[in-house]
Amino acid sequence: MERENAKGLLTQFERALAPDRVLTHPHELRTYESDGLVGYRAMPAIVLLPDTAEEVRNAVRICHEAGVPWVARGSGTGLSGGAVPVEEGVLIVLTRMRRILEVDLANQRVVVEPGVTNLQVSAAVSPTHFFPPDPSSQIVCSIGGNVAENSGGAHCFKYGFTTNYVVGLEVVLPDGEVVNLGGKEMDHPGYDLMGAFVGSEGTMGIATKIVLRVIPVPERFRTLVAFFETMEQAGHAVSDIVAAGIVPGAIEMMDRLAIQATEEATGAGYRLDVGAALIVELDGSEAECELAFGEVVGICERSGSVEIRIAQDEAERQLIWKARKAAFASMGRLSPNYYVQDGVIPRTKLPEVLSAIDELALRFNVSVANVFHAGDGNLHPLVLYDQSVPGEAERAEEVAGLIVQACVDAGGSLTGEHGIGIEKKRYMTKMFSDADLDAFQRLRCAFDPEQLANPGKVMPTPRLCGEVPGPYRRHPLEQAGIAERL
Amino acid sequence: MQVETLSEYAEVAEALRGTVGEGGTVRVCGGGTKLCWGRPALSGAVSLPTLGLDSIVEHNAGDLTAVVQAGVRLADAQAAFAEAGQMLAVDPPLGAGEGATVGGVVATADSGPLRHRYGGVRDQVIGIRAVLADGSVIRSGGKVIKNVAGYDLGKLFTGSFGTLGVIVEVSLRLHPLPGPVLTALGKTDDPQVLHKGAISLSASALTAVSLDFRWERGEGWLLARFGGGAGRSQAQRAEQMMEAAGFQTSVEEDDEALWADQRAAQRAPDGVVLKVSALPTDLAGVVRAAESVEAAAVGRAGLGLAWLSIEQPAPADVASRVEDLRARLAPRPVVVLDAPAEVRKEIDIWGSQPEPLLALMRRVKDRFDPTGVCNRGIFVGGI
Repeated sequence: MERENAKGLLTQFERALAPDRVLTHPHELRTYESDGLVGYRAMPAIVLLPDTAEEVRNAVRICHEAGVPWVARGSGTGLSGGAVPVEEGVLIVLTRMRRILEVDLANQRVVVEPGVTNLQVSAAVSPTHFFPPDPSSQIVCSIGGNVAENSGGAHCFKYGFTTNYVVGLEVVLPDGEVVNLGGKEMDHPGYDLMGAFVGSEGTMGIATKIVLRVIPVPERFRTLVAFFETMEQAGHAVSDIVAAGIVPGAIEMMDRLAIQATEEATGAGYRLDVGAALIVELDGSEAECELAFGEVVGICERSGSVEIRIAQDEAERQLIWKARKAAFASMGRLSPNYYVQDGVIPRTKLPEVLSAIDELALRFNVSVANVFHAGDGNLHPLVLYDQSVPGEAERAEEVAGLIVQACVDAGGSLTGEHGIGIEKKRYMTKMFSDADLDAFQRLRCAFDPEQLANPGKVMPTPRLCGEVPGPYRRHPLEQAGIAERL
Repeated sequence: MQVETLSEYAEVAEALRGTVGEGGTVRVCGGGTKLCWGRPALSGAVSLPTLGLDSIVEHNAGDLTAVVQAGVRLADAQAAFAEAGQMLAVDPPLGAGEGATVGGVVATADSGPLRHRYGGVRDQVIGIRAVLADGSVIRSGGKVIKNVAGYDLGKLFTGSFGTLGVIVEVSLRLHPLPGPVLTALGKTDDPQVLHKGAISLSASALTAVSLDFRWERGEGWLLARFGGGAGRSQAQRAEQMMEAAGFQTSVEEDDEALWADQRAAQRAPDGVVLKVSALPTDLAGVVRAAESVEAAAVGRAGLGLAWLSIEQPAPADVASRVEDLRARLAPRPVVVLDAPAEVRKEIDIWGSQPEPLLALMRRVKDRFDPTGVCNRGIFVGGI
């Protein structure tokens, strides 16, 4: 099978969708050359904007028949380059599929198309229910993207991740076949392929219909921000809260540099003379919330907090959160560019990992601001640099890589919520053995033996799927120079 | 044929490679409490016991995580975690002699009343180590709760009934024990009242540890369990809601036996147990369907999962009762769990699956276990 040029499929795509939803002009394509991680770019040959699952299916089938690789994209907010197109391949953009198909509150279910935004899901079930995973990009990021990346957010420690709320998927497989994984009901018989699909970063197909579980809104929230002289003290408070059996809805930490940047950007009133800010939010039933909140205040005091501010109303609560949610965006106040990492550590290793980060910052003479989902150990170190100074970008990237190494060495993970994508695939061997990667490849090959779905992502080195029946043929990825036969 | 108890992962690998070489199959066996589940195993399969993999490798109390070998009995793991005020939030029935192992519970994705608040086995598994048929020892996930590096093979292997490889070790997230517990209990003989009470409690802001129902011989109960310092006030509010919905109510302080009964009703050593994956709003219909085949029912009222048990059925009519029930509850999945050996051969254990999905599952099986060594034939579609 010779690999066809994607452009040669233009007429077929125009027939399958509609000419105005098949983009080929370079200035139109330019919009889609990168995602939220702007350092990686590639120009697709064709961008498709399907309206329906049927159109997605036809588009994927045309690609499959021609052996042309494709990438699915939602809102393009991903931070690991997962939606970067394949050069001269096809990009399938799902943002026009934004219908909410069913709201079934009695069963705590909502059925949506992939282009619906994360916040629209919660809006569709409010005010009584909500969808807990809440990435910072929730205003624009799509549910399809959340499913692909298994997105998290600030509320994961208590409520879990996207994967814990997906109960059913309609998936177009890379050969154009449609399957339903799971459903509205839990525990469908057979392999949990839905669980395997969520977080597979677009390498197993395209979800065209997504059944989500939503839950009742807690009746009470209590929020505080406690300031500490050191991150270590704040970390101590977190450990004591968890040890007391309290599971906060959210528990977030920022260091001195992060506080400085967010305060300049938002004027939320955070103290600037401290080394750490700890935001704790409890939610739940009235009685439960009040009881635990008193304990949390006591623990912060005993851990040496220099000041505890308790939100007295919703406006004050939003002000506390405003600073935290602006953390990434406000880094521009400190530095023209930053490199964000997403490593995870066992929470108890926080002091040693933070001091390792401090040492790296000193050794390489860079500044690192730390924002931290403290409950689940997910660190977001922001390595600051100035692209216009020669060598700084490379140095920042090197520091970021060493920070990830420190996280893995501490028994943690390369990524807690941003995904591997293009950006972190070279680190995969730090965490997984060849046998582990081979097991991942087995799963990928079961879904996509030709590897046309988002090739070049997740795995550190491209591998082909074995046992192609019949005489040897050059694989489309070999022809494209993406993969080599081993 | 019997393999000696295996205590090292390399021994498991060797046993598998040896079986592959001989063209045979293995039957992975933990505590042996659920070996009767699934389609009948092939005769001549070599038993591969995991009870020798019996150590709790790590319990990181400060991080609320643990790494546990497959052969550790769930009861022993819980006792160890409880010393730190923690638990694995999975409480299925433990079977004869409380023999259920962590590996067996993960492989079957069995669950109990704690599922209401904490999710299923899939939601607790944060990493997995397995030995594949070719002897390779593979790992996915890790030891941290939040982790999206690589594919989630933990979910793939959870509930795979040992057909993809031998699970030898799992990393688990733990939760704090809920503290002193008590239960609001409502009784009714009207399936509609049971249904309405369940929906209103699960839609409320109350945070129950478990929310179960039970129905037998024309009488039903709704059980809402609460824990911690705020447990009492929540249980009282739940009781008021039940009363308003038309139940006879009480609050039970000493509720351990109530919940042991709920778990026990998910098994029937001499009878038949069917698991129904329905929706919460199906509750009244599930109860009536159970009555129509003279079955008792328990389940998770807020999740739609139900276990229907028929005590000492006449083997001749089990198959027709199962098919009646499937027809009545269609398209909700109905899976046969416990059933006497003579009837297992006659009935469709897993129910039918659409072909494209089954084909995909077969491709997964073929990639992980191309020669069909691991638990061949027992799973969906004869996988």
